[in-house]
Amino acid sequence: MRPLIKDGRIVADEWDLLSHEALDDIDLTPAGPRQIVPLAQYGTHAEVLRTQGQRIAILLGPDDEPDAAAPYLADIGLVAIHFPSFTDGRGYSTARLLRARFKFAGELRAVGDILRDQLYFLHRCGFDAFSLRADQDLSAALNAFGDYAWAPLAGMVPNEGRGRIGQSSL
Amino acid sequence: MRFHDIGARARLGDEGEPGFEIFVGGGVGRTPMVGHCIKPFLPRAELLNYFEAILRVYNRYGRRDNKYKARIKILVKDLSVEGFAREVDAEWRHTQGAGSLIPESTFETMEAFFAPPAYGGARATDLAFVAPRAENRPFARWVERNVAPHRHPGHGIVTLSLKKTGVPPGDATADQMDLVAELAERFSGGEIRVSHEQNLILPSVALRDLYALWERARRNGLATPNIGLLTDVVCCPGGDFCALANAKSLPVAAAIQARFDDLDYLFDLGPLELNISGCVNACGHHHIGHIGILGVDKNSEEWYQVTLGGSEGERTRLGRVIGPSFAASDIPEVIERILQAYVRERLAEECFIDTLERIGLEPFKLTVYGERHEAAH
Ligand code: SF4
Repeated sequence: MRPLIKDGRIVADEWDLLSHEALDDIDLTPAGPRQIVPLAQYGTHAEVLRTQGQRIAILLGPDDEPDAAAPYLADIGLVAIHFPSFTDGRGYSTARLLRARFKFAGELRAVGDILRDQLYFLHRCGFDAFSLRADQDLSAALNAFGDYAWAPLAGMVPNEGRGRIGQSSL
Repeated sequence: MRFHDIGARARLGDEGEPGFEIFVGGGVGRTPMVGHCIKPFLPRAELLNYFEAILRVYNRYGRRDNKYKARIKILVKDLSVEGFAREVDAEWRHTQGAGSLIPESTFETMEAFFAPPAYGGARATDLAFVAPRAENRPFARWVERNVAPHRHPGHGIVTLSLKKTGVPPGDATADQMDLVAELAERFSGGEIRVSHEQNLILPSVALRDLYALWERARRNGLATPNIGLLTDVVCCPGGDFCALANAKSLPVAAAIQARFDDLDYLFDLGPLELNISGCVNACGHHHIGHIGILGVDKNSEEWYQVTLGGSEGERTRLGRVIGPSFAASDIPEVIERILQAYVRERLAEECFIDTLERIGLEPFKLTVYGERHEAAH
């Protein structure tokens, strides 16, 4: 599986991302693989899945309200947010709300049409893991976190103490 | 400010504390709209919290199904200005006083980036400025048009014109850019600002240095004394460079500049904003030009629609179309007639946009369409 950038390093991806077309592949057995499933799917099986020790993660699309994921956040360790195209910025807001309003402290992963030039801003909004589009050069993309020599300090600091990258802090 | 999705105007509050007046829902392009104030005064520390609240509201209710409707201006219209403001306030309450509050220390750090230069003892009466201005007419004219007053005595704000006739508006060569950098280094504390009118500004030049600066700039095509005049055209790249264009825009700008190259006439016409866009995306901001020209496509031919009365700043308004569009070759003549109407109708010292506002579009339409106008009746 293609590696991803997490906490400023290139690491192996240990998760399967189930697309909407492959929903039947969801494995409900406690010893099953790590899977990221769409919110609605998680909701359907929540009673079973919440006992499985964070083996299942939630995927949010741009139309998903973060409020709808709120009841499950305590039971999961990863939320992936899907960007169908880089021009659709709603995922930034979703991330901010998960961190600031719902105090989600697990991994926040950006997936989909993720390009090098977005990393700095995604990171400032609280993402700490990035699954880039297939054509992106991961080692070159690491530089993105240092794109700005100075950034204004403002309010809460979602990434501080959990893998702060480069100069940025929010 | 009022032609953007979100606009913020810096101002002081009742106690003299710094903050912003916030506008939303402006924009040019296909659906031009003037933005509305939703917060007369926002303390500056809340700026990011409040902007985030605006985006939250847009994300929740905005239209993403249709890219022409996926804009804050469309949502403001749907919810009404008051409705939108209420939603933003409700959202803002979640973060107010916390969230992304900007600490005072961050403002202090930012302010340090804008420390004023060392002004020295320059004075407005310095002979190196007063003497050439009295003796050299071209220099005096350039000072009149291209140098604005500075709040620090003995200094001026210089605009280097990138509007020389025949050069695409806003273009500069690599050599010119090198020279501008050198001039900024030597005369303006190392600062250059780019204006949305497509010129370059040296924000703080001692008046006694102006003559030396002018000579260098003039020899390198950067001192056309036309800032704020008809030939200071704002123009998009248009059909020569842009894949989205309906029509070319640069040759139209060049034809207008060539036709009106008499400086005395230009100075007599006074302040006049002319904006040209090659298509409805309005990168040349034709809606807000006193005179606006828009390239349109009619049966695969290039035509140009003319608007009058647009304006930015204090008296923000959108221009209105004067009538059927024209071929490119007619445009200089059309402009000529518009100007004739202005010169005929103006009161002493009245500038173009004021005359237009006073007498309305009709006299201009009559002068431009003359016979056609009457023939149609
Ligand atoms: S206004 Fe149209 S033609 Fe001009 S630069 Fe913009 S998109 Fe291109």
